[in-house]
Amino acid sequence: MATLNSKIPQGPLAQKWQYYKDHQKLVNPANKRKLDIIVVGSGLAGGAAAATFGELGFNVKCFAYQDSPRRAHSIAAQGGINAAKNYPNDGDSVFRLFYDTIKGGDYRAREANVYRLAEVSNNIIDQCVAQGVPFAREYGGLLDNRSFGGAQVSRTFYAKGQTGQQLLLGAYSALSRQIGKGTVKMYNRTEMMDIVVIDGKCRGIVTRDLVTGEVEAHFAHAVVLATGGYGNVFFLSTNAMGSNGSAAWKAYKRGAYFANPCYVQIHPTCIPVHGEFQSKLTLMSESLRNDGRVWTPKLKEDAEAIRAGKLKPEDIPDENRDFYLERRYPAFGNLVPRDVASRAAKERCDAGYGVESGEAVYLDFKYAIERLGRDTVEARYGNLFQMYEKITDQDPYKTPMMIYPAIHYTMGGIWVDYELQTTIPGLFAAGEANFSDHGANRLGASALMQGLADGYFVLPYTVQNYLADELHTPRMNPKEGEFDKTVKEVKAHIEKLMNVKGKKSVDSFHKRLGKIMWDYVGMARNKEGLEKAITEIQALRKEFWSDVRIPGSPNELNVELEKANRVADFLELGELMARDALHREESCGGHFREEHQTPEGEAARVDDKFAYVGAWEFTGVDSEPILHKEELIFEECKLVQRNYK
Amino acid sequence: MSEKKGLNLTLKVWRQKGPKEAGRFETYSVSNISPDSSFLEMMDVLNEQLIVEGKDPVAFDHDCREGICGMCSLYINGHAHGPDEDVTTCQLHMRKFKDGETVTIEPWRSAGFPVIKDLIVDRSAFDKIMAAGGFISVNTGGVPDGNAIPIPKKDADEAMDAASCIGCGACVATCKNGSAMLFVAAKVSQLALLPQGRVEAARRAKSMVAKMDELGFGNCTNTGACEVECPKGISIANIARLNREFLLAKLQD
Repeated sequence: MATLNSKIPQGPLAQKWQYYKDHQKLVNPANKRKLDIIVVGSGLAGGAAAATFGELGFNVKCFAYQDSPRRAHSIAAQGGINAAKNYPNDGDSVFRLFYDTIKGGDYRAREANVYRLAEVSNNIIDQCVAQGVPFAREYGGLLDNRSFGGAQVSRTFYAKGQTGQQLLLGAYSALSRQIGKGTVKMYNRTEMMDIVVIDGKCRGIVTRDLVTGEVEAHFAHAVVLATGGYGNVFFLSTNAMGSNGSAAWKAYKRGAYFANPCYVQIHPTCIPVHGEFQSKLTLMSESLRNDGRVWTPKLKEDAEAIRAGKLKPEDIPDENRDFYLERRYPAFGNLVPRDVASRAAKERCDAGYGVESGEAVYLDFKYAIERLGRDTVEARYGNLFQMYEKITDQDPYKTPMMIYPAIHYTMGGIWVDYELQTTIPGLFAAGEANFSDHGANRLGASALMQGLADGYFVLPYTVQNYLADELHTPRMNPKEGEFDKTVKEVKAHIEKLMNVKGKKSVDSFHKRLGKIMWDYVGMARNKEGLEKAITEIQALRKEFWSDVRIPGSPNELNVELEKANRVADFLELGELMARDALHREESCGGHFREEHQTPEGEAARVDDKFAYVGAWEFTGVDSEPILHKEELIFEECKLVQRNYK
Repeated sequence: MSEKKGLNLTLKVWRQKGPKEAGRFETYSVSNISPDSSFLEMMDVLNEQLIVEGKDPVAFDHDCREGICGMCSLYINGHAHGPDEDVTTCQLHMRKFKDGETVTIEPWRSAGFPVIKDLIVDRSAFDKIMAAGGFISVNTGGVPDGNAIPIPKKDADEAMDAASCIGCGACVATCKNGSAMLFVAAKVSQLALLPQGRVEAARRAKSMVAKMDELGFGNCTNTGACEVECPKGISIANIARLNREFLLAKLQD
């Protein structure tokens, strides 16, 4: 089994990527046509990678479970994308973006990867502009910027509150162009069910056609997983309903290591839960914290009166409002990183100052409207305000928004080296699906940056470096040998699910899993709770395999079967997350162990023991995984406690 | 978001096993639906009910449930995306319905969008139109600095408005001619408004329109229904711009 070699290139940090590119292997144009690449996922990372591979001349197959590549969940990102352009002349630089990202990630990311990310961030903006992405502009015609959490500069580029949509449509346009040219073959409504490993190398995937139910194998010289995160293990999250961790999980079960599964981002500004039929949570962009002020009542009796419906937020005078982020973190105020803002909201609500159900705080635009006028606020956030109103039936121009933290993003994922290659040669992972760049907490507007960096500017180099040695591997027949064997295993798995013939719906199990995860592996964790979570998940998994009901047949469009396959994986992944959280006896970023906090309630890292990436190796569903450690060496950033005060 | 009385509803839902099979309406009832639920959460309740009863749940497309992915569709009480304005079905909330009401739920009905199952239709024609020209022909890398070409704010904003299209297909479903003009116009407009896209504007308009015609979408007769039902408020002024680009392309031939 592979050992963890991060393959960081030699030389000073700022020259590593250039060194890599100068010395990597290339494939000549005539040979590129002979090499096949599979990309699973069509979001920012997958779409950008597939398009770019196609442009370079490789033979590409791209897979998406939705009906079109344009539906990938990258589309829902609202606020923006970071880049170190320093257009506002406010002191930004590649180094500063790198440093902020390492610090924001609570010193749990690999320096070399993060530096490369900051380095290529500027190329992304140029690329998107060239594709026709309509970024917001100033009256002089130049690009506009705004601020996001964890930074003291304005480096976030945006397109209204729909930046993810516009970037994804840019990548989708580039991908469509290649589909039209025939360099990329797109498989929509097709789900990856497994990977095919031959002699230790990934040689393809097995898929299920979600319309006909047909299971088949596909060969490729290299496979890229760009399948997003696993936040839906919590059932309620800001992820799309179909977002799932299955591709990553199948790869894990075939030998790819899974890194830092316990690092989950809880976004501070989401619309609170309305009731038991709630199917997902809606995010309100972090950009709102540029102008909105977060508060709860200063007096407990006011909070109680609001919860009882006797007082309205407008009735509370300014002196009785506790702007707790501004109070606790004067330097960054409302723009502290997400993990810090989420915990602060939880602290206020736990202490009895929450509003509505008790699990909500205010995000108030009264002050911004007074300062800037309604028109400016509307121009900046109009579509977000409209979305809020449609969901809650309340007008945020008149009354403060109510928000509460919700599961949003998973920093953990498949372990990859500097080349974004997993521990299985020929299998690469990009975007949210890998663990690489955000450490224990991702900064706002950095997911879009990472997805596009991986897809446009990293994989096209590193996959090529791998493929240069694969020139003499002939195309294999995907109906024979290991391909056929894997297809049979997938079919057997589907049969097993169909044959449970129990009484309970897939969703009922998913909701119960979500509750265990939220209660014990959520915003605050402790040893006792995590041990309990492991036992409860194991019991729930057993119950699932004896009592789940999937109507219909596997040879047709069968939504319940799709969900069952994903939930079966979540029921294993959830346990690994709890195990990882249990073993990591420190608090860092989104991982908060109650046993490890400063007297002020801030996350307390234990650097001498845990300054490493925890990468897990699969040994069997019901046996304990093996932990491998990649030590994190900090040459440029000194390990200090994060301070946003 | 406070405690409100639950709704009891009768649902008439289109059921169709496959593309070649005949469909029919089935009647179901759901009770005690929270007015704060979304329409699709109400559908989840119905499906949970059907599964527990051992019946086949209703298949419908959906994903992000925040109005941006364009996956959800549904013709509800005769309106694409239902009775509320400027929303997709996933953002439609049950407070827009009355207790005791009968709600009719159908798939998009259009020659360009054949039914796959129940309420799910095949919208891959939109992808084909995009592949015919919905892009600027640039490869990754080797592009000028993002600020090299200033773009008037007005043009950038207008391009952004056109680019808001989510590709849901409500415009086609609602058009009596089954025309995809609003969808095509939104993309042509967005790119024609920007200097980067101006270069191949004529060629783009021509090839996207040709593909649209080839795929069997109807002609535009300016009824304006598409604009009314568009959940993102895409203006039919974009169609005028498309016609202009198309004419220019023809003149250049």
